[in-house]
Amino acid sequence: MCLGIPGLVVKIDDHAKKLATVDVSGVRRQINIACIVDDNHSIDDCVGDWVLVHVGFAMSRINEAEAAHTLQILTELGEAQAEIEAMRQTSIH
Amino acid sequence: MKYSDEFRDREKAQVLIREIDQLAAGIMAGRDLPIQIMEVCGGHTHSIFRYGLEGMLPESIELVHGPGCPVCVLPMGRVDDCVAIAEREGVIFTTFGDAMRVPGSKKSLLQAKAAGADVRMVYSPMDALTLARKNPDNDVVFFGLGFETTMPSTALTILQAEAEGLRNFSVFCNHITIVPTIKAILDSPDLHLDGFLGPGHVSMVIGTAPYEFIARFYKRPMVVAGFEPLDVLQSIWMVLQQIKDGRAEIENQYARIVPDAGNAAALAAVTRVYELREFFEWRGLGSIDHSGVRLRESYAAFDAERKFDIPNLKIADPKSCQCGEVLKGVIKPWQCKVFGTACTPEMPMGALMVSTEGACSAYYQYGGVKRQKSMVPA
Repeated sequence: MCLGIPGLVVKIDDHAKKLATVDVSGVRRQINIACIVDDNHSIDDCVGDWVLVHVGFAMSRINEAEAAHTLQILTELGEAQAEIEAMRQTSIH
Repeated sequence: MKYSDEFRDREKAQVLIREIDQLAAGIMAGRDLPIQIMEVCGGHTHSIFRYGLEGMLPESIELVHGPGCPVCVLPMGRVDDCVAIAEREGVIFTTFGDAMRVPGSKKSLLQAKAAGADVRMVYSPMDALTLARKNPDNDVVFFGLGFETTMPSTALTILQAEAEGLRNFSVFCNHITIVPTIKAILDSPDLHLDGFLGPGHVSMVIGTAPYEFIARFYKRPMVVAGFEPLDVLQSIWMVLQQIKDGRAEIENQYARIVPDAGNAAALAAVTRVYELREFFEWRGLGSIDHSGVRLRESYAAFDAERKFDIPNLKIADPKSCQCGEVLKGVIKPWQCKVFGTACTPEMPMGALMVSTEGACSAYYQYGGVKRQKSMVPA
């Protein structure tokens, strides 16, 4: 819940609600991207972003290397498995 | 040693530990008491135990595991309130999985579910919103919980519910805020902390400015830290460097995730939806002024506390349970009378045993701290 998990934004689902599909280690689910959109980074710019996802909300943009590294740490902490399982149960694919 | 293989950059870790040793020795030359550094965040606690970091540090450094696990600080009375709402006819009560096993005075949410209440685990508050859309005849209640890391997600979900005109969605708001909590810790006469590791993901939302009072008025250093073992070690090194130099500043070791100004969109949603409570009750710590938030009057329609009649009783923690003293760093988990006997991760009595981010569960799971130099990556 607090550590979040890295994912890749693959497409925008709903511009008005700022919803996008994110891929987290092969599990796809819908997340909210309101917190990573600003004047310099439009909704469409988010496609291809690596993001840190907390309880279904992208809270920070990160780079790909950081994402891989973070996922590794979360796996070692046992947090990644729990998070991905929780996502899988509510996944959209 | 198992731990050493898991360091991606052993050399860096070795250099850091050597420098930490030297810094600590220098600081200890002028004092008797150990150097106490509190990690405020439960994520750090988990990482410290998982990688055996305490065992790599010199004896003179004592890590105090702070109250930064929102599940762990949830008082029994609030769990009872959750159960009371969940047991109402027509209510679908939704919660993060972490909160299911926290003991109430009579039962946990998991036990309420087993007894027939409609309690459902969700990954996100948005999942609760989806349930509300699909079940227009039920009242869907989301158990909002966490520090500033998860506060914006609940706020944005409420704003979405408002935009859609959903009338059967509400939040039982138990979000807590970090700054008054740290202030209460600093004001506690039991504690003599020398510095802090600042929470990473809370700071990603609020930035670093809200911590300035710690340096300015309490003259204590804080380093906002990442969660990897090297992040934690580097942050401890930065705290020690400040102590050695006689500085008290707020530094940001986790700048790759934490912008000094925080996240503007998240903060805007938080400010719009919540207001500070006069006080909020914490497990083990008692009541802390302004440490919780509730929904503003304008969002009353989405406030489960206003919508339903809740018992809102203050329930004392079990007498034998010493979570409060552990939370404040006055005793170590294994010094608690019920640690590992009446209180285990399978049958938790205190909240610190429930979550993997709780100090007691971490001690139990990773076999406690072995202060052996052999654990230093070689």
